[in-house]
Amino acid sequence: MADYLLSFMTFFPLLGMLVVLFIPRENGALLKSTALVVTLITFVLSLPLAFDDVFTVSGGMHYREFYEWINIGNYFQMNYNIGVDGISLWLVMLTTFIMPIAVLSTWNAVDKNIKGFMALLLLLETGMLGAFISLDLFLFYIFWELMLIPMYFLIGIWGGKNRIYAAVKFFIYTAVGSLLMLVAIIFVYYYAIQSGAPMNGFGIQEFYRLAIPSGAQYWLFLAFGFSFAIKVPMFPLHTWLPDAHTEAPTAGSVILAAVLLKMGTYGYVRFAMPLFPEALQTFIPMLATLSVIGIIYGSLVAMMQEDVKKLVAYSSVAHLGFVMLGIFAMNMQGMAGGMLQMINHGVSTGALFLIVGFIYERRHTRLISEFGGLAHKMPIFATVFLIITFSSIGLPGTNGFVGEFLALMGAFESGLRWYAVVATSGVIFAAVYMLWMYQRVMFGKITNPANENLSDLSAREIVIMLPLILFVFWIGVYPNTFFEKMNPAMEQLLNQMESRQVAVVEQVEQPVMAKYLDIK
Amino acid sequence: MENLVQIAMANVNLQAIMPSLVLSCFGMVLLLVSVFLERGRTAPVAWLSIIGLIITGLVSIGAWNQPQAGFAGSVVLDNFATFFNITCLIAAGLTILMSDSYLHREGYPVGEYYPLILFTTAGAMWMASGTDLMTIFLGLEVLSVSLYVLAGFFRGQIRSNEAGLKYFFLGAFSTGFMLYGVALLYGVSGTTKVAGIAQAIAALPDAATNPMVIAGATLLSVGFLFKIGAAPFHMWTPDVYQGAPTPITAFMSAGPKAAAFAAFMRVTYISLDSLQTDMSALFWLLAVLTMTIGNFVAISQRDIKRMLAYSSISHAGYALVGMVAWNEIGFSGILFYMLVYTFMNIGAFAVLVLLGKKGEDNLTLDGVAGFGFKRPFLGVALCIFLFSLMGLPPTAGFTGKFFIFAGAIKAGYIWLAVIGVLNSAVSLYYYLRVMVYMYFRDPVEDYSWVKLEMATVVSILIAIAGVLILGVIPGPVMELAKLSVF
Repeated sequence: MADYLLSFMTFFPLLGMLVVLFIPRENGALLKSTALVVTLITFVLSLPLAFDDVFTVSGGMHYREFYEWINIGNYFQMNYNIGVDGISLWLVMLTTFIMPIAVLSTWNAVDKNIKGFMALLLLLETGMLGAFISLDLFLFYIFWELMLIPMYFLIGIWGGKNRIYAAVKFFIYTAVGSLLMLVAIIFVYYYAIQSGAPMNGFGIQEFYRLAIPSGAQYWLFLAFGFSFAIKVPMFPLHTWLPDAHTEAPTAGSVILAAVLLKMGTYGYVRFAMPLFPEALQTFIPMLATLSVIGIIYGSLVAMMQEDVKKLVAYSSVAHLGFVMLGIFAMNMQGMAGGMLQMINHGVSTGALFLIVGFIYERRHTRLISEFGGLAHKMPIFATVFLIITFSSIGLPGTNGFVGEFLALMGAFESGLRWYAVVATSGVIFAAVYMLWMYQRVMFGKITNPANENLSDLSAREIVIMLPLILFVFWIGVYPNTFFEKMNPAMEQLLNQMESRQVAVVEQVEQPVMAKYLDIK
Repeated sequence: MENLVQIAMANVNLQAIMPSLVLSCFGMVLLLVSVFLERGRTAPVAWLSIIGLIITGLVSIGAWNQPQAGFAGSVVLDNFATFFNITCLIAAGLTILMSDSYLHREGYPVGEYYPLILFTTAGAMWMASGTDLMTIFLGLEVLSVSLYVLAGFFRGQIRSNEAGLKYFFLGAFSTGFMLYGVALLYGVSGTTKVAGIAQAIAALPDAATNPMVIAGATLLSVGFLFKIGAAPFHMWTPDVYQGAPTPITAFMSAGPKAAAFAAFMRVTYISLDSLQTDMSALFWLLAVLTMTIGNFVAISQRDIKRMLAYSSISHAGYALVGMVAWNEIGFSGILFYMLVYTFMNIGAFAVLVLLGKKGEDNLTLDGVAGFGFKRPFLGVALCIFLFSLMGLPPTAGFTGKFFIFAGAIKAGYIWLAVIGVLNSAVSLYYYLRVMVYMYFRDPVEDYSWVKLEMATVVSILIAIAGVLILGVIPGPVMELAKLSVF
């Protein structure tokens, strides 16, 4: 069982999707409970990973599975090559953890075409898990694109007024980026073959050892980096995000924020950075600048939003700026902060979208001006909302603090000192836009009569929020649970990038293809 | 006289033309059969044609790995030909499956329709196995003449008439160019044999600058480029594709196109091998032009058949990328892609066949509003085909494109691959738009006229199976494609 745990976990939702397809479309309750059970079982299946101590001692890949998949003689070879290490571990856990919550959140919100909705959610889960565990670039690309299709339909069919525009924009932005990455993937592959390096299909561990001349690295890093930067999203490629977030149904926004955006940051950590370390060095100042712009710009725009969901969407841009800045610091603190902040953002922004969903279901509006004084009518909701708001701001004691603090500290101690200084103002901005929004929505007198009869959170809604709140405090108070399993993998990654930079200097023989990229 | 016959017979090797021979015989017999059937009864002819195709397929497969040459080396049945034969047979089979209910709905239940498809397929198979420019030309003519008739098959419909006539006039014109090219190459080399021309050109000291060689090669290419619908010889495709009966459009975009690619590849890579640099440069330009024109013009189409016509132009462009690569991966990539394209494009047209009302005026974007919800099976099927046409995993469209672009990148044409994938990005827009209408718009009609005709559904299911299997486990077929290149 343990040998096939990862595969089983990844494809179990797909199996669930097939089951869902055979349930009659009229039976909404059964469809929802099936999806819930499937996602819960997937979560249970993933639990052994979280409790496995092997991640605390070794930073390598575990739970490996390897099968030859496509092998056409001297043309190319692709393998079903999967595994997890400390870096992907928590992202896998985040995915399996957030999915049952997302399904639960649809209980009353989705009433048309429940069958399609659930089937797409499950397909999406397989895509996301697959992307996190792929150790073969080709396999990764397939899962990466597979995520696109369900999300497109989730936004387009169940989204808000402007859903068509948002769905098409989301699709085209992401697909354009990934197509360029595809060219880069093929190029690296043939480069490796022609340079005679030992290869294992498109296996990234072999690619890590490849010495690619710096001229080619720049182009390849640009292709990979562009694709991931769209997904993160980094300024100025972020414009699809507010649209997609605002129009998507609650479950879609939650998954988009919690997991899909992490694909971009994860892509940097797993692929773009370790594959092209030399190019990375050149581009870090530019990328860090964009991250800081993202932080400041995202915060400022969030401040001015009249729609709560848009506000949360722009706050995502800012939060991911912290993640990227931490990662680009290229030291342990920064990396750890960035990685943890990925999880934090998943928990707290996911929770924020759920909260927006709660009030939208009650009032069918998300405009801040429509609300005010909700705390009187919904005390439990007010408490929950406040906790999540604090977590999003990064108040000490909550998860946001640990992540942002470490990311900024890492950046401060690396060559990005002044970037960190500027970025820190983003924390203050976050307090401004979040607290201001909270105040306008929750405090004061009830001015809008429509808010007089609002009901407090139902048992289902409390059940949805409790696990998220648990993690807000767990990560905030004792982040070591997470760090101890992350650290070995990150150390290994950083060491490997350093040694690669040294190795790249000793040039290997020029393969034929290199001449097309103007490489001296 | 007797001597002559003996000499001729000595070179005859019926084995080498067995597949097309069997198919032609079936076609001729079926012509007779349809005469004896009562008017309006075409189903038996359709089923017999399917049987004919299957038998031909078995005969073809029997020749795998046992190359046969015949008729003094003007025909060869090698793996390359067999691969294309199978592709054309699949195209014809899927087309026939979706045709019968369609012909009845449109009011033209005429039995000759099926033999004509068989003749077209036989012609396509001659083209794929021709090793003499004259054989290739003969195959091309058999294919074309049958297709002219099929395109204008609905003689009472103005659009169908226009399609037939336009195809005929432009087609005749392009074959003229081609013949002129053949004549010039004959003038240079003194032979029409593909291999002989290669030797003659290689022996020329100034092959790359010899005006006769250049003019001959160019004019010959024009004929093929016309058939595959590559820019700037694509002008006929939109009108013909839109006007022809939908199953014929589907067939035309897959079978004959594959055959034209087969002959084009054989002639180019064997006869014109010594002109590689120049031809590659020419193809580079044509590939970029074809992809770009096809994709950008498709964006503004509201008629789905016409949109698919422009999309088929762009797909010809992707296949041309494989020609530019001029390496084994590129070659076998084209073979693989033609098979993939057969499944995905014919599948998409099969859904349109069921969706159309009599006269098919409703096959526009507005005409599919909310279709996906009202007809879930057909909706999902069309989505799968469109995703495949976009080139998204896990469909065959992705593996096909991957194969071709991999060939180009390996040969160092990185910018061509970049232009290619950017073109795919453009194509996302118009394929997605069909889905936008199908799923994101509210239905205005109830689509009660859409009936799930058994045979058509079977062809859709086969196409889905093809698209998904070649997408998830492409290995075995890629291996076959690899074994098929010369």
